[in-house]
Amino acid sequence: MELSFESMETPALTKAQLAELLFEQIGLNKRESKDMIDAFFDLIADSLVEGEDVRISGFGNFQIRTKAPRPGRNPRTGEAIPIEARRVATFHASHKLKDQIQGDTN
Amino acid sequence: MIQCRFDQGDNYAHGMAPMTKSELIEFIAARAELSKARAEMVVNCVFDAMTEALRNGEGVEIRGFGSLKARAHKSYQGRNPRTGKSVNVPPKLRPFFKVGKELKELVNASRSSGSIKDNGDET
Repeated sequence: MELSFESMETPALTKAQLAELLFEQIGLNKRESKDMIDAFFDLIADSLVEGEDVRISGFGNFQIRTKAPRPGRNPRTGEAIPIEARRVATFHASHKLKDQIQGDTN
Repeated sequence: MIQCRFDQGDNYAHGMAPMTKSELIEFIAARAELSKARAEMVVNCVFDAMTEALRNGEGVEIRGFGSLKARAHKSYQGRNPRTGKSVNVPPKLRPFFKVGKELKELVNASRSSGSIKDNGDET
């Protein structure tokens, strides 16, 4: 498979590749595979937008955090600009995922 | 009117129960009219593939959702907080998630919608 990644420093797994995997390994047809991958990330995103964390054992937790307003600065000009209160999504990898990425060296 | 803030019986910041992997499997099964066993295979397959990509030094890039990457951390001199002894912390690779633009905006936009209280509990 010839893929070009010239704009990225590392190759990345994409939705298209994940759909291909479902087609090969689960035996869904191409259309179903693609819809399934879309649904997969939509469901996680919807849960976060609703304010619900997502906990995937063995992988990690996607969490919603509420940030208080704080004074900020334009780093270039040094000008003070307020940063408004906001909600952000964060991810905390599970120990299992961390160990696997580390290559089980310990 | 008195509002019971602890009626969820938990300590989640927003009073909402988290979605677990098994619920994700149920939702996938319902939406795609798959058996739960097949939906479980789908969910495991996706998370395994993402783990495998990170293991191989690849990233994961899901447009609008976010990207995952393994970031290299340098070795440093740390201390055992109990004994105060200096220890060498070896270099390591740690997974890092960067939220996508679209999800970032949606999450923040939902802040103002009535169902979620903004308690501004963190900085």
